[in-house]
Amino acid sequence: MKMSQKITSYPGHEITPEDVKGGKYLDVVYKFEPKYSWAAGVAISRFLAELKEGRIIARKCMNCKRILVPPRMYCEQCFRPTDEWVHIKDTGTINTYSISHVGTDARRLKTPILVAVVDLDGATPGMGILHNLGEVEPSKIKVDMKVKAVWKSPSERQGSITDIRYFKPIGAE
Amino acid sequence: MKVGIVGVGYSGFDSMTPGLSTRELMFEAASRSYEDAGVDPRKEVQSFICCTEDFWEGISITDEYMPDQLGAVLKPLCTISSDGIIGLATAYMHIMSGIADVAVVESHSKISDVLNPDEISSFALDPIYDHHVNADPRFVAGLEMTRYLKDTGTKREYCAQVAVKNKKNGLLNPRGVHGASLDKDAVLNSKVASSPLTELESSKAIDGSIVFVLASAQKAKKLGNNTIWINGIGWSSDTPWIEDRDMARAAYAEQSAARAYKMAGVRNPATYFDLAEVDDTYSYKELQSLEALKLAAKGKAGKMVESGTFDRDGRLPVNASGGSLGVGHLLEATGLHRMLEAVLQLRGQAGRLQIPKVKKAVVQSWRGIPTATGAVAVLGN
Repeated sequence: MKMSQKITSYPGHEITPEDVKGGKYLDVVYKFEPKYSWAAGVAISRFLAELKEGRIIARKCMNCKRILVPPRMYCEQCFRPTDEWVHIKDTGTINTYSISHVGTDARRLKTPILVAVVDLDGATPGMGILHNLGEVEPSKIKVDMKVKAVWKSPSERQGSITDIRYFKPIGAE
Repeated sequence: MKVGIVGVGYSGFDSMTPGLSTRELMFEAASRSYEDAGVDPRKEVQSFICCTEDFWEGISITDEYMPDQLGAVLKPLCTISSDGIIGLATAYMHIMSGIADVAVVESHSKISDVLNPDEISSFALDPIYDHHVNADPRFVAGLEMTRYLKDTGTKREYCAQVAVKNKKNGLLNPRGVHGASLDKDAVLNSKVASSPLTELESSKAIDGSIVFVLASAQKAKKLGNNTIWINGIGWSSDTPWIEDRDMARAAYAEQSAARAYKMAGVRNPATYFDLAEVDDTYSYKELQSLEALKLAAKGKAGKMVESGTFDRDGRLPVNASGGSLGVGHLLEATGLHRMLEAVLQLRGQAGRLQIPKVKKAVVQSWRGIPTATGAVAVLGN
């Protein structure tokens, strides 16, 4: 038996949505609307500009030799500036994935969202991109599956992470 | 046991920093600070503290974005939603408790990323009781200023003199964005923001990141001779009810100062210090703060500003850096900015700003509208 079922009589009285709408009770509604225009910075600005050209770019740290994506101007392990821009491939391997059945409004989705972390070829293993998967049966998705970016057409690309529509399996799926 | 400041570094200090992300701005400041201290953040720092506030960042749970650019990945890090001096107090405690030998404090402002900053200050007002006032949040400063002038009998024009002094000092400061050579009439005749406060008596927010490295006395000795000691530190928060707190006084500053002075053994603050960097977010705030810190008797700060006591060549230089009115306001990093200016003075590294023979300094900061939170630090070289 749930605890709430034991209670048959509640103290006070019920407030209905109609009461609130009818102005019977104080109801403070305030729409907080902060607005931002975040500066993307040196590394991410270049990353986005390269996406517009249909390429993925990373930064290399000459100390630890890692190729970092998303690119950053500093190596968080060595704590020093990174040294070089390196173009990497738009193919990779599924590091992990999850099939989301719930939308941001808590509703069940008719078409599930296929989310994956893709380790990109050419970057240091374990580094990559968080993106969607497409052109694949959800039941066929596997960790370690090889995938490739599906790009928007050059005229549609805006210099955004969504210039890549999704990643799709390659090879013998 | 003592705690010393062994490194300082900063970046930005500009109205806009569109070329750098917040994280890149922080990396620049951190790199300079670690170089200044001679420490490797990956090996020698046991605690990292960031003073920042999600709504200024535009990212919720923003703490999670702080480690990389400070060298703090997989190290103890926490974020404090308050002024930078409160972050320093936390770092101080980490060192005193033995948790850390070296601790880092960072704070920044990337106000140029925020398109409607007033919305954020307004949203800090009590949603049920105070939100009905649909005005620029500086109306709170106007309320305080009116009551301060009334209770202390301070002449209105003395507040304007604070802006004249600090903006003039700001012209000497390479970090100064809002330095200007003005007279009192220009300040008094600038547009009224919320009476009696005018626009030229209101500091304007700028971008910047500031990083401090603190160390135990033992570690500081190994790092060199540039250590500035934190001899006392205190912080305090008054009730949030604007309608219930004493609007004439900065009671939070009185309390913070009393604690910091007791810790540092300061008995006569009015004659003890060689330099003061205090809250001047708004002109009257400097006067109110000087009285709270007992650097001026109640109601006398205005007259002392007018007579030049607090000028760069006066008996006690106050905001010789230009303060927030002359340099710019750095949101939660404002306390660290005041500390930075004092540390450079105490080290004898203030360049054109240098005041001769600075040995003891007091630094005080306020969190801004609508808060009644502040902190005080007593420093010595």
